[in-house]
Amino acid sequence: MVPRFWKYVIKRGIILFLTVIVATYMTVLIANMGGYVDEIIKSGLYLSISQSIRQNPAYKALNEAQIRELINATYTNELKKIGFDKPFIYRSISYLRDALSLSLGRALFISSDSGSKNVRIIILERLPNTVLLFTTTQLLLFFIGLFTGLFLARRYGSFLDKLSVLFAPLSSMPGWFYGIFLILIFASFLRLLPYGGMVDVPPPSNRFDYALNVLRHMILPVMSWLIAYTPINVYVRRTFFLMFSSEDYVELAKAKGLPESLIQRRYILRPTLPPIITDFSLTLIGSWMGAIITETVFNWPGIGSLFYQASVMFDSPVLIGLVVIYAYLLALTVFALEFVYAILDPRIKVGGT
Amino acid sequence: MSNIKQSLRTLFAYRSALGGLIIILILVGVSVYTIFAIPYDEATKLWRAGERYWLDNPRNAMPSWVNFFSLKKMPETIILNTQKPRPGVSKALIPVSDKITRIKIEFSFNYEYDDFPSELNLFFNSKFNVSAPQLTVHWVKPNGEDIILKSLLISRGEDRYYISNDDRLARELKNMISRKINETIGYDIPITILLFASEDISILDPSTARVMKGNYKLWIDGIAFEANMDLDVKLVVYGKVYGWAGTDHLRRDLGIALLWGTPIALSFGVIASLSIALIQMFIGAVSAWFGGKIDTIIQRVTEVFMVLPFIPILIMISTFYKFNIWILLVVIILLSMFGGSVKNYRAMFLQIKEFPYIEASRAYGASSFRILTHYLIPKVLPTIIPSIVLSVADFVFLEAALAILGLGDPLAPTWGKIINDAHSNGALYKGLYYWVLEPSLMLAVTSLSFAMLGFALDKIFNPKLREI
Repeated sequence: MVPRFWKYVIKRGIILFLTVIVATYMTVLIANMGGYVDEIIKSGLYLSISQSIRQNPAYKALNEAQIRELINATYTNELKKIGFDKPFIYRSISYLRDALSLSLGRALFISSDSGSKNVRIIILERLPNTVLLFTTTQLLLFFIGLFTGLFLARRYGSFLDKLSVLFAPLSSMPGWFYGIFLILIFASFLRLLPYGGMVDVPPPSNRFDYALNVLRHMILPVMSWLIAYTPINVYVRRTFFLMFSSEDYVELAKAKGLPESLIQRRYILRPTLPPIITDFSLTLIGSWMGAIITETVFNWPGIGSLFYQASVMFDSPVLIGLVVIYAYLLALTVFALEFVYAILDPRIKVGGT
Repeated sequence: MSNIKQSLRTLFAYRSALGGLIIILILVGVSVYTIFAIPYDEATKLWRAGERYWLDNPRNAMPSWVNFFSLKKMPETIILNTQKPRPGVSKALIPVSDKITRIKIEFSFNYEYDDFPSELNLFFNSKFNVSAPQLTVHWVKPNGEDIILKSLLISRGEDRYYISNDDRLARELKNMISRKINETIGYDIPITILLFASEDISILDPSTARVMKGNYKLWIDGIAFEANMDLDVKLVVYGKVYGWAGTDHLRRDLGIALLWGTPIALSFGVIASLSIALIQMFIGAVSAWFGGKIDTIIQRVTEVFMVLPFIPILIMISTFYKFNIWILLVVIILLSMFGGSVKNYRAMFLQIKEFPYIEASRAYGASSFRILTHYLIPKVLPTIIPSIVLSVADFVFLEAALAILGLGDPLAPTWGKIINDAHSNGALYKGLYYWVLEPSLMLAVTSLSFAMLGFALDKIFNPKLREI
């Protein structure tokens, strides 16, 4: 049993890693526009070299032909130094290697607030903002959905339950859309809350005031997501629990006269745990990318708006870095989930029998 | 036939389904009307025509129907043109000698609104050979006072005088009124107020300034030094309301984009959601039916696409390549083709594959293709109809989201594009709520109608939901 288990683990691990490799390579190709971004870099390089040579007083004595020759020589040298003398397909492989080993390199155009061009620093600077906003929101959504769902499933057919069914279609509109309305009402019309951003300009110097200020800026984005996604979350969980509470073994437990709380814990929650945990971990991973549109609407300086900024500026190292980290996180989660399943659900046998 | 009737009856038992369906039908009706009333080429041309084409429209005007709900009547645009004679417009070119023509043009109109116009412009169209006519533009207020606005020489062909942008005139009028009421006007007062306001102390504050209602007259006195000349003048008193939808910062009629947004959103949403569901189901069926290597390859490809974040990749592609909306649709379909649902479909088909009727069809020698298209897919098709209907809204909003990020089709007039324009021109800061609310309302109505129908269908096609 044990060797087969490990064999399965290794096999799944390899397959997932291969998946990440292919996905990353596709990202490298898309993010470089199949080599187009290289042309941008090359022409930028040529321009800066020719400018620095033409402005260098040491070369004043040279004539135009000599200067051009010097520029070309320096340019070819410089290309070789950064590996641009080979065709794109070779370089794409080295981009892939760098991306997979998470040596994310330097951004082309974007720099961090501290002035660094290091992709890792740029990403790490934005990450806390996204975690603060979206991980908080996702956690709120998840637990509200879970507990309200359980609550309503127990009161099937009640007024509140019918209300939850009635409100479910409201979730057909995304969070950023409600965001626009909330900005209209609370920022523009009532002038109670800020339009967007994370802190006032200039930020309060006092640490406590700073935190309060950030909280004030968080209210509208968090609210927009809660309004948008709570109805569907509650509806899905409620329906899910209802389906499981009509199983025969639940009926049996009821017939045996087991207390309500025990039935809920052991007969409803326990078998539904694996899919719930999957949902939970996937939403947490999903919040890594932030929400590009919501962050743009609210001008929130997170990962999502970084991604948007990077794609508008053709900054492929930043784009590749963000996607690779996402791919790794997702693959690791999927990998881990398979074991969690095996532990939580005795019916699932690893590798099949 | 009775079958269809039966299912329709079940469907309409849900009031939400009926409501959703009625709204969808109305939207389809609007789409059909739009396609025939304003052909697409014309719509995109109008939408990109630039400010020149729309010069007679007010800038950022609210929809006209706001006047129904407000006691304060906002002005409509008044256009008076000597080429379109009507009461209140007169033009006289009187030859005084064979070298001299006297020009007398008069526009008079009633102004009974409670708010000031947004702008005031004069447009000239002249024909002459040698020397430009000399014109003096007069303004007569309802109290009879005659003010000279400007004396000018106009150039041949088209020319204009933007009265409301004339800074020198503004200073003169301000001084004149200040002297008259013996107080200094302390703010940067627009010409439209100076020309239309009651001249008393209420003018000292922009919030109290009142319109002097009554008959206004703009008349032009001029002289031309040749006999064979012609001059046409158009006076535009720009209002603050326009049409049923209002206008944007480029004076464009928002109605065009609101109308055209409907067929674009509907077709985009329906095509995307339908084709993605069908393709995914087909791939899932192939994967389950053939098994073996084909299955493995499909599963691996699916996993690759699951690892890639969909919206970021889509945003990356659309910023880089700036596709038009229909190529964008194809890209979205290609990216979602191998989405996670393929796995769900595969699991469904794996179960169905073992059903006796499939075995029977195999026994009589049906081909794989026949089994796939005639026996496997039709079995699953009804169960996915609700999710197809439900995801229409997702794709409508996806298109809108891309447009709001500025990544949508640059030509197509869509709802997302209006919101994008509004956003980048600070509509919410300036309080131009109609600009954001109109397209948003269309988006909301569309998505809600599909959601209402979808949820009802879900209950009908997934009986397990109906029981509980």
